[in-house]
This record gives sequence, structure tokens and C-alpha cells, in this order.
Amino acid sequence: MQNIIFLIFRRMRAPLLALILTYAIAVLGLVLIPGQDADGNPWRMDFFHAFYFVSFMASTIGFGEIPFEFTNAQRLWVTFSIFFTVVVWLYSIGTLLTLFQDPTFQRALTERRFTGQIKRIREKFYLICGYGETGSALIQALTDRDQHAVAIDILQDRVNLLKLENLRQYVPALCADARMPIHLMEAGLKHALCSGVVALTDSNDANLKVAITAKLLHPDIKVICRADSHDIEANMASFGTDYIIDPFDTFAVHLATALQAPCLNLLQEWLTGREESELRDPIYPPSDGLWVICGFGRFGKAVYDQLRKEGLELVIVEAEPEKTGLPKEHCVAGRGTEAETLQEADIQRAVGLIAGTDHDANNLSIIMTARKLNPDLFVIMRQNRQDNDAIIEALHADMVMHPSAIVANRIRVLLGTPMLHEFLQLVLYQDDEWACELVSRIAALVTSHAPDIWEVELSEETTHAICQSVLEGKAVRLRDVVTDPRNRSKLLQCIPLMMLRNNERVLLPEMDEMLHQNDRILFCGSHSAANRMEWTLQNEHALSYILTGEARPQGLLWRWLKRKERA
Amino acid sequence: MNPEKVLFGFFIVLALTLNFGFFVGDLDNPDHHHVYELFAVIVVNLVATVLKFGDRTQMGAVLLATSLVALLQLFAAALVWTVAEQITTIGLTPVVTASIVSLSGGAMLANVVSVVLLVIETVMLRR
Repeated sequence: MQNIIFLIFRRMRAPLLALILTYAIAVLGLVLIPGQDADGNPWRMDFFHAFYFVSFMASTIGFGEIPFEFTNAQRLWVTFSIFFTVVVWLYSIGTLLTLFQDPTFQRALTERRFTGQIKRIREKFYLICGYGETGSALIQALTDRDQHAVAIDILQDRVNLLKLENLRQYVPALCADARMPIHLMEAGLKHALCSGVVALTDSNDANLKVAITAKLLHPDIKVICRADSHDIEANMASFGTDYIIDPFDTFAVHLATALQAPCLNLLQEWLTGREESELRDPIYPPSDGLWVICGFGRFGKAVYDQLRKEGLELVIVEAEPEKTGLPKEHCVAGRGTEAETLQEADIQRAVGLIAGTDHDANNLSIIMTARKLNPDLFVIMRQNRQDNDAIIEALHADMVMHPSAIVANRIRVLLGTPMLHEFLQLVLYQDDEWACELVSRIAALVTSHAPDIWEVELSEETTHAICQSVLEGKAVRLRDVVTDPRNRSKLLQCIPLMMLRNNERVLLPEMDEMLHQNDRILFCGSHSAANRMEWTLQNEHALSYILTGEARPQGLLWRWLKRKERA
Repeated sequence: MNPEKVLFGFFIVLALTLNFGFFVGDLDNPDHHHVYELFAVIVVNLVATVLKFGDRTQMGAVLLATSLVALLQLFAAALVWTVAEQITTIGLTPVVTASIVSLSGGAMLANVVSVVLLVIETVMLRR
């Protein structure tokens, strides 16, 4: 891009030279030609007045003949020079303005400004490639948690959209092809504070290229990628991409969890929900009976594999079986939008239906037709485009699979609350009763909205009061942290979900657990509980009230008086 | 032969020679320093500067810098002259003349540096 700037300057040479030469000739002529002053005495124009006159003559402003009226000889010269100076002026200024508006030049300037902004970043940030549905949801979530992000997208329209978005943090964005390493570097890939790269473009190839570029140029950062095919996933995994998220597999696992352990599934969903999202009721997908899967593409296959593991009876409906290939089991050729195909697939006997084609209108049609034939079906709908939200909501499907939302949610948890991610991994090894109990405890804490999730690291900076007390040798227990700093007989509306100490993870730690420095604790609970806990963590007086039950005098004078009283 | 180099060489040497012509003579005697010469020096220096626009080489950048220095000095000289003659009307007193000529002398030094750089570049060129 540096080249463009040099090129523009080089192209400025001709108009500037033309301007200098014509001005010089016109000025020189005016100075050389003799004139008269007001009284008819011979007078020569000086360079100052000549330059002044030529300046306004060439730009066609024309203030008149100054300082004295011109003689005929001067007028003859001015007649000539008007033509060449004005023409050259228009040419030069026109050319210069066009050069400055040159799209490549403007782009070079934008890129420069962007690079400058990135260099000035002084906090940890994530580089997000692709500002589509997933990217925008992710950036919204990250900035809500006061984390910084930088975005790259190939379409200018999307970058403009980002600028219109009302985000809590400023997000520098560049319209560029993320496949080019140079653009990733401009966006801060090699920046010391770049702590992760997230590749979310719609093209698998682009995501792969971003991942490999990131791994080569900045090996120790987190690389998170979206991938839609197992081929690409294996490829990404081969060079150490940290997290690869396949929305179809993720959903299929989700569905399998819901089949086996509805509470576990509900727990996952509640904890990973956006803070303002409403809590939904548990779903109970029928776990025996016939399931009809419409569409045997990437999604269909992923769900098929999972459901087969559950030992369910399955029927596949696929319009182009020669393209997708078909499993050994029962399958029907057709789109599934017509009643005949569905009847052939035994829809009256079925308990569940998965509308999984890559076409929203077809999916809707499949579900409407199927419901007419069998109103009690458990319906899963694959949503391909976000703009269809309204109609899909009106359909009241039992589960909706929206790839962008799934990917955004996973990455939000990964980047925003890494401990929650670990917690959810561990939870998978627990049984459903354990999850049911936890779900009911969480339900008691919060009203209708998803609980807040927060991590507390017992370091000097974030938990001054606790660290001081621990250093002084006082016993601080987990119970003390979750006590209400306004009334120590009450507990805050929160649950400690997990404690991490020296790489050892404890699920639902005991309240009597002693706290040590550098412990990390994951909490979930109401928003006000998170705020109040901050008091206990940072304020020594709040903590000492909780520990001892008495309000310590805070000022010097009162402390002295108190000591006297005791003595 | 590179026509671009010929043109630039011509203008930068011309700037130096014209500047020298303006500079020689008694420092404070206005009769020894003609305004036309100063005008010519400014125009030629302007041209030489613009000719170095967009030159990507290291030498090009340094030559652009020296030309800009010369221009700055010459503009200052022209400004002093205009202010003395037109605005304050004290005219070309020895003090004013001396300051104009010494400013142009500074510009000449910059021109000398340009020419020396040009010569060095030419000598380094082994083709």
C-alpha cells in the first residue's frame, strides 16, 4: 500500500509543474511590462502584486486591475495569460482532486489509519475474521463483557454496519480479505496483546487459511475456527488449531444430550444463555419411536450419527440421494415438502421430525405438512438465515438449529468465561439427577432470566481484601465470600460452580473450603449478587464485618477512641 | 540515458547557479542583488522539488528534503523582501538586504548539498 502513496505523489508531478510554470510566466510578464500609476507616471508592477494578481486571475476570482489601472500593453498580456493560467489551474486542481479521491489511494489511507489504531491498542484483544451473523453476535457479547476485539470482513457493507452498531467498546474494523496474511498482520496478528484469532467467514477455505496463518505467525495464541466439513476439521486439527467448532456436530451432540439427560441439556443452555435471554423450560425429545430426518446433508448426517448411537429407529428423506449418499437404513427419495413422501416415510407413526435441508422455506413447508398428518410430532427445525426469525418463531418448533447462533454461543463462552467452558466439559460426566438438582437450585436464585456467570481469581489486584486477610493468616472460607456484606446472616443469591486450584478442579465446592491465593472460582447467580460480592472481595471493612461480625471503626480518631474504650 | 535524471540534474544545477548569481556581491548592498534573480531561483527550486515527488529511493527522499529546505529559506527571503517593500515600506536598507541575501545563502547551501548528492549518486552508478 506504501506503493500507492508514492504513485499518487508521482502522478502529482505533472499538474504541479504545469501550475508552477504558467504562474511563473504570467508573473514575469506582468513584472516586465511597464505600466502607469494613477497620475500617469511610469510604474513597474513588483513581484508581490504580480503574484497576487495572477493568483486571483487564474482561479477566476478576478478582483480587478490593481493597484493601478492597467495600460493597454498590460491588458494584452493579461488577455493571453487569462487563457493559459485558467486552463492550467482547472486542469491541475481537477487532477489533484481526482488523485486524492482515487479509491486505491483512499484505501491506502484507511489501511494506514487502521494500522495506527491497532498499534495503539494497550489491552488484550481478539482478532475476529468475518463480521457476518456469527461475528456480530460474538463481538456484541465480547464488548458487553468489556473485552476488546478487532474485526476484518471482506465486504465494505458489513464493516459499515459494525460502525453503526452501538457497542460498549470501540472495535476497529477493516474491509479486507482475511486470506491475505498482510491484512491479518495489519489487524494486529503479531501484536503482543493479540490473545486469539477467531475465523468465522462463510468459506471453509478462508477459515483454514486464517488458522494456518495465525498458527505460523503467532504460534502461542488461541485459534478458534468455524468449520462445516469433517475434512477441513481434520485439516485444521492437524496443525494445532485450538478449537474447531462445527455447528452441525455441536447441535447433534446437544440433541443427544437432551435425549439422554434433559436436565443436563437444560443446565448447559441456562448457563450459556445471554444475560438478558429468558430461561426456557426443559424439553423432552421422545427417546423411543420413529424419527424422520428430512435432508441428508452435513446437518442430516451429523444428527443421524448421533441418533443411531441412541438406538432410535430412523427414516431419511432426501431429494438428491445420488449427491449426498444414503445410509443402509430405510430411506425415501423426495423433498419431504409433499404429503406423499412423508406418508411413505411413515410420518403418522413417527414421534419426531427433523427438517434439516439448507432451505428455510422448504423446512417450514415440511413441518407444516407433517404437523397436518401427525399433530403430536416433536419438531426440530434447521434455520439457515437470521432474517427468517419472525416466521420461525411463529412456527413454535420444539428445537431450532441456527448454525450462526450455535457457533457464536460456543465461542462467546470460550473467550468470555473460559472456566465455564471447562465446567461444562466436566458436567458431561455427571448424571442427570445431579444436573436436575443444580437446575432447581439455579431456578431458585434467579427469576425468569439467565443467571450471570462470573469468575473470581484470588489475586492481589482483583481481590485485595481477601488476599490481605489470607496473608495475615486469617482463615477465609468460601462461605465468607458468598455472604451478604450488608447482613452477614444472609447468603448472596449465587452458587459457586467450580473451584480451580493448581490445575485441580472441584465441581460445586463445599462452603467450608478454605481459600488460598490464586484460587479461581466460577460463580453463577443474580446480577446484584455479583456486584455485592465485589465489595467483600475488595473492601477490607466489608470483609472484616463478615469475618468478625463487628463494624470496625474506619477513621484514625475513632480507632483511637475505640482503643481507649477497651483499655 | 534516463531523461528523468537529465531533467532533474538540469534543474538542480540551474537552481544552484542562479542562487549563486543572486548571492554574490556585497552582503548589504541592494544594488548587487536583483529581484528577478530571486524570482528565477524560487521558480527553478519549485520545479526541482516537484520533480522529486514520489521518488521511492533513499537518495530521492534525501534530495526531496534538501530541496524543501532550500524552498523554505527562499520563501522566507521573499517574504522579508515583500514585508520590507510593501507592508512596512522601510525599503531595502542594508539590514534587510543582508538578511535576504543570507537567507538565500542558506538556500544555496542546501542546493550545494543536493548537487553533491547528485554527483555521488552518479559516481556510484556503475552502468
